[in-house]
Amino acid sequence: MEAHAHAEAHRHGPPPANVSSRIDARVLGMLLFIGSEIMLFGSFFTAYFFVRVVNHDPWPAKGDHLPVFVAGINTAILVTSSVTMHWALTSIKRGNRAGLRAGLALTFLMGLTFLLTQITEYARIGFAPHDNAFATIFFSLTGLHGAHVFVGLTLLLFATIRAFRGHFSPEHHHGVEIPGIYWHFVDVMWIVVYTTVYIL
Amino acid sequence: MSRRRNPFRTEAEAYQLLLLTVVAFAAIGLASWLGGWKAGLPVWIVATAAAAWYYLRPLPDEPREKLGSAPRASDERRVLVVANETVAGRRLHEEVRRAVAGAGRASVLVVCPALNSPLRHFVSDEDAARAAAQERLDRSLRALREAGIEASGTVGDSDPLQAIEDALRTFGADVIVISTHPEGRSNWLERQVVQKARERFAAPITHVVVDLEAEAAAVPDSAAQ
Repeated sequence: MEAHAHAEAHRHGPPPANVSSRIDARVLGMLLFIGSEIMLFGSFFTAYFFVRVVNHDPWPAKGDHLPVFVAGINTAILVTSSVTMHWALTSIKRGNRAGLRAGLALTFLMGLTFLLTQITEYARIGFAPHDNAFATIFFSLTGLHGAHVFVGLTLLLFATIRAFRGHFSPEHHHGVEIPGIYWHFVDVMWIVVYTTVYIL
Repeated sequence: MSRRRNPFRTEAEAYQLLLLTVVAFAAIGLASWLGGWKAGLPVWIVATAAAAWYYLRPLPDEPREKLGSAPRASDERRVLVVANETVAGRRLHEEVRRAVAGAGRASVLVVCPALNSPLRHFVSDEDAARAAAQERLDRSLRALREAGIEASGTVGDSDPLQAIEDALRTFGADVIVISTHPEGRSNWLERQVVQKARERFAAPITHVVVDLEAEAAAVPDSAAQ
């Protein structure tokens, strides 16, 4: 005990972390990150509901039109990219490297298509963020999501490069699992954004 | 602690969440399109309630392969002791002495789960619980040493089953001794910790019931004799 107390008195830095095998630290990190993201999106949705439900502002504002069909196609592309992401991970778990590479590359390309389509939509939509509350909320919500797609694409790009360099195996594929969780989360958020902003 | 579904624990679970979200929001969108917000709102409420039920309801422990012991010297006997408030009980120390008796070499690891209130656990406020567990552990190690048993100890996870699993990953045990209060006073027995440990771990489990009140009452009697 005395030796222990002596060692404690001369040790520098933070106390040792309590390590439990209950959850992998990397997955816990992703969980905490996604928790904070849900709160971030939640604050933007609060603004949306305030404008629409409390203030009864017209949605979309008079004279403005939302490209529901193009956004619907974009939604289908994004959901399909989640299917290919899942395929990529299922493939590497079975030792199928070709499936992993094809799945990741397709996911990346579809995500990029989604983002470019959204940028094109912004250029042609006919209203600007400063026009009215509806426009502000529209650009905020879709822009926030677009920023997340960009981050997801960056993660996917690294995972894809690593896959083509021969990384990952059926036992070790955390570098695909984590971007996969993030990518599905981004897609879930888009389903909510698309339904509330474009459809309802 | 009950096991629950976690939509972001793995990619497969996140993918499942996405599919459920697509179905739920398609239903909400369709209902709103057909009957306006008066139709969409009930569908949203039902979908939200269903999602809450699906993800928040406690799940039964999944059957898993029993966790075995790490290799060690053939003449060495390893005893893993899991106890909390009863860790300094005489009955437990007698059982540990019996478990190591006759072995060429013996290693005893005492694990004290840092029991905490659900609220404190939820907000990660576990410093006091760990300090209290460490104090009990130190007392127990001293008592074991006085009884001639050299043991090492560690403070474990607040879930006793998880604490055993964590300990087994670094300490291959021949026998696991779980010490509890008597029936009716033991939270662990109420939660069927011993039974679940027998289902989950390959090493034989010895259950020791320590009645601290009876032991405390017996001390003055024996002192008087």
